[in-house]
Amino acid sequence: MTPDLNAFVTRETVPGADEGPLAGSTVAVKDNISTAGVRTTCGSEMLADYVPPYDATVVERLSAAGATIVGKANMDEFGMGTTTETSAFGPTRNPHDEDHVPGGSSGGSAAAVAAGEADLALGSDTGGSIRCPAAFCGVVGIKPTYGLVSRYGLVAYANSLEQIGPIAPTVEEAAALLDVVAGPDENDATTRYDRQDGVDVHPAEATTYADAADGDVEGMTIGIPTELVEGADERVVDTFRDAVADLEAAGATTHEVSLPSLEHAVEAYYVIAMSEASSNLARFDGVRYGHSGGRSGNWNESFATAREEAFGDEVKRRILLGTYALSAGYHDKYYEQAQNARAWVKQDFDEALADADVLASPTMPVLPMELGESLDDPLRMYLADANTVPVNLANLPAISVPAGEADGLPVGLQLTGPKFGEETLVRAGSALA
Amino acid sequence: MSETPVDAEEVRHVAELARVDLDEAEVERFAEQFADILAYFETLDEVPAVESEPDLVNVMRADEVEDCLDRKDALANAAETEAGQFKGPHVS
Repeated sequence: MTPDLNAFVTRETVPGADEGPLAGSTVAVKDNISTAGVRTTCGSEMLADYVPPYDATVVERLSAAGATIVGKANMDEFGMGTTTETSAFGPTRNPHDEDHVPGGSSGGSAAAVAAGEADLALGSDTGGSIRCPAAFCGVVGIKPTYGLVSRYGLVAYANSLEQIGPIAPTVEEAAALLDVVAGPDENDATTRYDRQDGVDVHPAEATTYADAADGDVEGMTIGIPTELVEGADERVVDTFRDAVADLEAAGATTHEVSLPSLEHAVEAYYVIAMSEASSNLARFDGVRYGHSGGRSGNWNESFATAREEAFGDEVKRRILLGTYALSAGYHDKYYEQAQNARAWVKQDFDEALADADVLASPTMPVLPMELGESLDDPLRMYLADANTVPVNLANLPAISVPAGEADGLPVGLQLTGPKFGEETLVRAGSALA
Repeated sequence: MSETPVDAEEVRHVAELARVDLDEAEVERFAEQFADILAYFETLDEVPAVESEPDLVNVMRADEVEDCLDRKDALANAAETEAGQFKGPHVS
């Protein structure tokens, strides 16, 4: 057993049903996904003692499928980070090299799977928070299409962008976990319904994603967005090119494609995510749950004290910047323009995916950072998300699969597909892992 | 460069709107970082207006009474309660 990676905030075993597709499997659950009776901290001092009175829909589905939950996985505070260093419970370490970060924000989930502390894990992905740690830890992570998986019981950070998704050692195992958690939910009105012959159907109902893990890429067309390769670290690009060559050797054809809107994706993502965060995190007043600001002052004073004491720097930064972006005089300049950029990114993806089955890029433009390296420079940390945030803006599905290693550190290859095209991603990804 | 440079006063104002107290060191640090980050966000000026038709429809359900969270469970995480209700600070 390796030294403690600090992959878990809380270790607690919750057995599932006796039988089911995940019977015998252990699962780590990211600590922003509600578990009845097991504290759910979101990696924050604010919720250090918060015990949810109900299960998230995905947790109910895990238990019904026979999975055993082994703990709540460490994460960047409220999902705000790319390294799992903003957790109030200390950073998680990368199992491949403990001086490096595991990626984030679902760093505990990916590290637990990579180190064998859990067979599988659930993460959440608002701007890359499943794919980034999957890439940095050398495992597989899927960010599903918006609306494929219920968000009921997921503590919201930026709800128009985020989805819960699986992390696993192989594409087939990740797909099998997706089969369990995907589906409609009357408690989440944003789960997808398509009306067919007068009946509401959900895309996951007639699909078994694990069956698509046949690695058959013969005849598949793969577009490579130049904007997502050009700025990346040379060692990352070399490893990515080798993996693309493997896909070509298996029968896929590739071509380069340009998506000019992607140059603005990071700023659009951060404006939208911070704006939503400033609203979503307003619920933490220290009265109904969470760290109390005491009762010596009036409501506003107590509220502001609770939030000063119990939110970390990155959370404060995003709440303040989101408040600023939505404030009078700045709304049109920031928020409105970010929504325009979001529509443009969607349009670019639709056009690129009209001529390709999937798009391929490095998942992260950099190798895993050293611990402590990026904490003092928030803008630099934001820029590391350049390749993952476009997918969230466009509501599309994407998968990160191990592409190889550079300097002893894992590199991930990201495949992006059309909405509800998870089967194609599983098929293409399973040619590599 | 940003046409709206962020100074300490502006950070204090936004912090007040967001109900987050800050100490002086935080105010200074955030003012510096926000200037960098907002200057980067300025490039959104280059984004063209895009016509988009969201493929969304309203999903309705019948408004029926259902079981919901038990009051005791709903109050279980509160710092203080009284007579089955949350107890908060003075309103003013």
